[in-house]
Amino acid sequence: MTAIQSAANDGSATNSPVPPALRTYTKVRPWTTLGFLLPFGVLFTLFFLLPIGYAIYESLFATRVSGLGLGPNATSTKFVGLSNYMQVFRDASFLHGLERVLLFGIVQVPVMLILATVLALLMDSAVVRFKRFFRLAFFLPYGIPGVVAAILWSFLYLPGLSPIVASLRSVGFGSFNFLGVHTVLWSIANIVTWEYTGYNMLIIYAGLQAIPSSIYEAARMDGASDFQISRRVKLPMIRSSLILTAVLSIIGTLQLFSEPQVLRAITTTIPSSYTPNLLAYTQAFSINNPNYAAAIAVVLAIGTFILSFGFLRLARRHSNGGLL
Amino acid sequence: MRTTTIKVPDRHLSKGSPWNKKTVTAMAFLFVMTIYFLLPAYWLLISSTKGPSALYNSEGLLFSHFQLFSNLSGLFHYDGGIYVRWILNTVLYAGIGALLATVISASCGYALAKFPFRGRELIFSIILGGGLVIENALALPLYLLMSKVHLTNTYWSVLLPSIVSPFGVFLARVYASSAVPDELLEAARMDGAREFRIFRTISFRIMSPALVTIFLFQFVAIWNNFFLPLVMLSNQKLYPVTLGLYSWNNEYGQAPQLVSYVVIGSLLSVIPLVIAFLSLQRFWRSGLTAGSVTL
Repeated sequence: MTAIQSAANDGSATNSPVPPALRTYTKVRPWTTLGFLLPFGVLFTLFFLLPIGYAIYESLFATRVSGLGLGPNATSTKFVGLSNYMQVFRDASFLHGLERVLLFGIVQVPVMLILATVLALLMDSAVVRFKRFFRLAFFLPYGIPGVVAAILWSFLYLPGLSPIVASLRSVGFGSFNFLGVHTVLWSIANIVTWEYTGYNMLIIYAGLQAIPSSIYEAARMDGASDFQISRRVKLPMIRSSLILTAVLSIIGTLQLFSEPQVLRAITTTIPSSYTPNLLAYTQAFSINNPNYAAAIAVVLAIGTFILSFGFLRLARRHSNGGLL
Repeated sequence: MRTTTIKVPDRHLSKGSPWNKKTVTAMAFLFVMTIYFLLPAYWLLISSTKGPSALYNSEGLLFSHFQLFSNLSGLFHYDGGIYVRWILNTVLYAGIGALLATVISASCGYALAKFPFRGRELIFSIILGGGLVIENALALPLYLLMSKVHLTNTYWSVLLPSIVSPFGVFLARVYASSAVPDELLEAARMDGAREFRIFRTISFRIMSPALVTIFLFQFVAIWNNFFLPLVMLSNQKLYPVTLGLYSWNNEYGQAPQLVSYVVIGSLLSVIPLVIAFLSLQRFWRSGLTAGSVTL
């Protein structure tokens, strides 16, 4: 554990007790280093950096259709500067989609993370039996691909097919509509929560396992109860795990796509601009406006970057020393 | 770690009866959560034994009209056995993709950990920061680029982007810098071994626990990826199983028997993954620990 921590604080750190200045290691030739880095470097450049660069480039152009749009010269591509971006920020469907994912994130992310934390604390506590079974059960949904999970839940939301709707009716809820205009967002939130709670629980649990138990014993000697130990000792010590789960969840929320896309097959309450990512997809494939889609994708990538790193900075500022 | 410390008598557990009030409350809560997490899987299991009409007209959580085997045969024969092809495609994308990703990120992460050179930290930050964020927003830009060079709708369009794993580089670096001793490398150099040979014969072996984790993460990431194949592929024969099931799910209005195939196809497609996944759980934990501790 400590080895990983020291490596984390300083990438060049090793287990060696010899101070760096005293080491006289053979210099690795630059060409050798390059040879090791090259395969990943080339692929990363081609399939990560280049597409983003190309999307930015494409977003600066627009295709105009002249006349009836027939004939080989009916469309022309023209440099339009930042006007696609201006349009994105004025686009009501984009703004509504953004508002929707933000609302989704503000509710779903805390609910999921609190649940994951409670489960992780229980997995780590002395009062619980059959921990291994519970851990497997909670982690299982993560093994199911997102699309399959969404298809599965879409059956469980579908009136006529769903045992949930049927049992709600039998206890007097009438025919509860999971796919209504106001409920469908929370039905999607449920799918995401179902899928990722166990995964987040495992991240937090891994953090808990890394705490030396001597700390608990010291707290217990001082008369702390289990609950107090959880709140005052464990929670502060798993800060970095919590921050990691929060950042991953924020990124996932902003990119929300497959769950609403799958549910679109069974309901009309999800328009093609339901989330920003869905809007970009629609613009690229149904409306055939790749330039505008590129602008949305770029805005989304930058927005994700700002939000996740902003959150990281905020979390760092409020930490009292420690790892962060 | 916990076993090395001296046990302090726990005042909060009354001796003799381990099932005190606290335990009962906690267990009740965990039991409810278990139902929540397992019920959909249970429903899938039950429903895969029903035909399309029983699916709609029977009690959802109980067996009725057992026809698992005709569902299976229907699934494997529908549309010239395309489901089998989807499974093979998925194994190809995820298996080969994750394997190459592991080797490539291991070599890059190892170099970033063990070979000092200028700009090393910068490269690492770009890979990590860029990777984390871009990875999720990448599908559409990739599609635009690939369609420019006419590579869409090919195996390559899904496979090639899948061998890039920034998280793999990160994990390989963290692990290599703590687990591979410089002295060992130095000794091998003294014996005249070339760097690549040292990597292949010594470091790669030491790094193997981390490599399993990288493989696992990337395998699941590719298996789960939906957006990339959705935008890249229009030929059904190239689909991974997730995209195939999605396309059937959109069609069962026209072909009612498809609803049963979606159900049983979903079940079959997750069984191998879930087994692999749960049995390799400790590798997940080690990867996740490195991830959160290092952040």
